[in-house]
Amino acid sequence: MAYSDKVIDHYSNPRNVGTLDKSKKNVGTGLVGAPECGDVMRLQIEVDETTNTITDAKFKTFGCGSAIASSSLATEWLKGKTVDEALAIDNMEIVEELALPPVKIHCSVLAEDAIKSAINDYRVKNGMPALEESKAHH
Amino acid sequence: MLKLPIYLDNNATTPLDPRVLEAMMPYLTEVFGNAASRNHPFGWAAEEAVDYAREQIASLINCDSKEIIFTSGATESDNLGIKGVFEMYAQKGNHIITATTEHKAVLDTCKHIEKLGGRVTYLPVNEEGLISLADLEAAMTPQTILVTIMYGNNETGTIQPIREIAAIAHKHGALFMTDGTQAVGKIPVDVIADGIDIMAFTAHKMYGPKGVGGLYVRRKNPRVKVTAQMDGGGHERGMRSGTLNVPGIVGLGKACELARLEMAADTARLSALRDKLERELLTLEESYVNGSREHRLPHVTNISFKYVEGEGLMMGVKDLAVSSGSACTSASLEPSYVLKALGLSDDLAHSSLRFGLSRFTTEEQIDYAIGHVKEAVTKLREMSPLWEMFKEGIDLSKIEWAEH
Repeated sequence: MAYSDKVIDHYSNPRNVGTLDKSKKNVGTGLVGAPECGDVMRLQIEVDETTNTITDAKFKTFGCGSAIASSSLATEWLKGKTVDEALAIDNMEIVEELALPPVKIHCSVLAEDAIKSAINDYRVKNGMPALEESKAHH
Repeated sequence: MLKLPIYLDNNATTPLDPRVLEAMMPYLTEVFGNAASRNHPFGWAAEEAVDYAREQIASLINCDSKEIIFTSGATESDNLGIKGVFEMYAQKGNHIITATTEHKAVLDTCKHIEKLGGRVTYLPVNEEGLISLADLEAAMTPQTILVTIMYGNNETGTIQPIREIAAIAHKHGALFMTDGTQAVGKIPVDVIADGIDIMAFTAHKMYGPKGVGGLYVRRKNPRVKVTAQMDGGGHERGMRSGTLNVPGIVGLGKACELARLEMAADTARLSALRDKLERELLTLEESYVNGSREHRLPHVTNISFKYVEGEGLMMGVKDLAVSSGSACTSASLEPSYVLKALGLSDDLAHSSLRFGLSRFTTEEQIDYAIGHVKEAVTKLREMSPLWEMFKEGIDLSKIEWAEH
């Protein structure tokens, strides 16, 4: 399968690989996917509680090049956004940016799920109710 | 300078040996006759070349030159052997025994036999990829006409206990066939000593050209016959009609001659290189060899790297031409049925790489491959949440994954 230049770039030079301290109250962690399905993404955000802005984002992904690129791109986009702006990220924006083929759209869905899951974790930790269900139909 | 990518997919096909090409060249140009033309020197020259190739093949596998039927390759040979026996021995019985790790050319042919009313037993294999002789013994019936078990496996290189299998088949009055595609030309194959009645083989796995292969069919003790699956001019003693591919056959013959003369030296060199590759890659934690390491072709190793996803791994080893345990023959991402038959989980089957070395593989290439694979696996693990959890001592099987 031919990968787009942007997928290859993110795969070869992934941005923001790493781990944030999940015990901190202002860190939200999302872990989505399953090993048997060939994709597991963990995405973490660190939020400045006074401005509601995402100051740091990290990921680790077990998956194909498109899954790695989708999560790498997501962390790039998250940094500097407010939590509300982050919630508005749609998987189709990831598809367009990375030129993902139809068989790889699920990678972008998983990335969007990971963002929402991380935000929900942050919200619940800080006494707010969890938001909508995930987009992926498992 | 090392030329990239490095070809380490020699179980799929091998490059043509220049000496084989040299032998073939005249038969692609001035010596163009039809080997079946009996009335003029053009035909005689072609027939002589074909007869010489038969001798070269016969010397390699220790048979009589009249026992070789030329075909288009191993797939056709497997089809001819199995379907041909099923038709020819219909009076005696309709039961065939094979194994779950056979090549699709055998498995799909057996499925076809089942549609025609035949009965097929698919023997399981153990974690090393070997069938159990006790299972085989138990599966034999008076209606069993054929036992067909491959010599060496294409994915793992596992070599089956051929002589013992042949003895069991013969004890019960059945014929023994083997798909020798990966073994012939690589390890000593002796149809007499091994007790083989029918054997499929092909040129392009042993540095010969594509599109030509053969079927060994025993002529005495017992005299074996297969019903033709290709009707026409009655070539190849009536078992396979069609004008002979003279340049291809000359190439197959030359490839067999070179294999016979150079096998010992090739084996010593390649098994040392393969062992080095394997030893180095196994220094990576949580990496496992698939299939038997004791009973194995000398130029093959198949290794799984846990906590690394297969497709991502293939992308990471872009400087190597290798096969992975996923998507072997199709665009789907189904894990290899051979590795699954050995008991591997889907994720471990997906994260496997098959390395097949050749006469032309150099130590420099192997050294590069070692560094390249280590780097890719290490990088992907640093990126893998599963690897991090494993390192923290978390039991991944206890986590409730949201399967999608």
